[in-house]
Amino acid sequence: MNEPGELPRADRVGYYRRMQAAVEELLILRGVFTAADVDRQVEAMDGRSHERGARMVARAWVDPAYRGRMLADGSAAAEALGLEVGPLRLIVVENTPEVHNVIVCTLCSCYPRMLLGIPPEWYKSRAYRSRVVREPRAVLAEFGLQLAAGVRIRVHDSTADMRYLVLPMRPAGTGGWSEERLAALVTRDALIGVAQLPDVSESADR
Amino acid sequence: MRGIHDLGGLPAGPVERDEHEYAAWEKRVDALMMLLSHKDRRLVKVDELRRNIEGLGADAYDRLGYYERWMHAIVQTLIQRGVISIDELGRKMAEREARGGPDA
Amino acid sequence: MGRTLEAAAPRFRPGDRVRVRAAHPPGHVRTPHYCRGQVGVVERLCGAFPNPEELAYNRPGLPAQPLYRVRFRAVELWPDYREDPADVVEIEIYQHWLEGAA
Repeated sequence: MNEPGELPRADRVGYYRRMQAAVEELLILRGVFTAADVDRQVEAMDGRSHERGARMVARAWVDPAYRGRMLADGSAAAEALGLEVGPLRLIVVENTPEVHNVIVCTLCSCYPRMLLGIPPEWYKSRAYRSRVVREPRAVLAEFGLQLAAGVRIRVHDSTADMRYLVLPMRPAGTGGWSEERLAALVTRDALIGVAQLPDVSESADR
Repeated sequence: MRGIHDLGGLPAGPVERDEHEYAAWEKRVDALMMLLSHKDRRLVKVDELRRNIEGLGADAYDRLGYYERWMHAIVQTLIQRGVISIDELGRKMAEREARGGPDA
Repeated sequence: MGRTLEAAAPRFRPGDRVRVRAAHPPGHVRTPHYCRGQVGVVERLCGAFPNPEELAYNRPGLPAQPLYRVRFRAVELWPDYREDPADVVEIEIYQHWLEGAA
């Protein structure tokens, strides 16, 4: 057999796809799980976006006590909203006018999947994992984010058992908004720390 | 010596802001790992998955897609644990290839 | 239903200066290369967790190791760091990789 890297890409992908189907079939025959179990799990991940993370942020923006809970114990705060997070150990880091947080897993692709869904391809890429710990502002600039002068950066390398969520600053112009409306403003990229949320203009407030 | 996966601080090009919709088989690899690592089964630990990914050569690590690396590592772990044998896996893969069809 | 794991006693507290051992073993290690031999400050104790170096070989990884978040100054990690001198990188590191630093 060729080395895994040597086959033409289509043949190689076909090989691993066949391996996946074969392993699944063997394990179903053995009763380890059912085909329905696999389907259900696929559906569950397909349906998962950053919506749960956004809901936590919106609640923190309207409820200072909840914000405190989130910063003290992210997993407990998630569960307090009825979000089932299983074994997730969540740390929430807060953006302020002085501090901007960015999350990475330089060693692989650790990510709070229960709250944000599957990580984007770029989060798992060599370029992001290599560079964001070394030249964070240059990387953020590639995402279109220029931090104001005097803002310092905390880069969090998710190397072990904890997972991270950024609590972005609440955009100006959102006074009196419902939690649902606030949550809809929160982007996945802001929760990772490669984006900030723009202030809302007066006209959008009507 | 640094591991092939230990990338922090290495030089690299621009971040390509890929947003990739995964193929059905890739989603099933993800599901497979979730089911196998679940506390009700504990047949593969995430640490074993990572270790087996890190055991790929540097070239394969770069060339293989994300879920190809996962599939490789899941199988290595199941073989190491004695959950499946190389022989039965090989036979099943050959059987599927002979059967043909979209998921062969 | 939680199991209480046999755990090593924590040796460090938030604010302690610690050095990451400059060892380079093969195998599944979760201490990134770029912080080996570096000095940082403990930001918090996260709890105690089984050692992933052992879990990677399907061994129990006990006693559980205290896991710390350690804060490093970017200008100390990277000799050519050109961005803000107040920037930090915070990394989760298991106790057996840490020693006290002055």
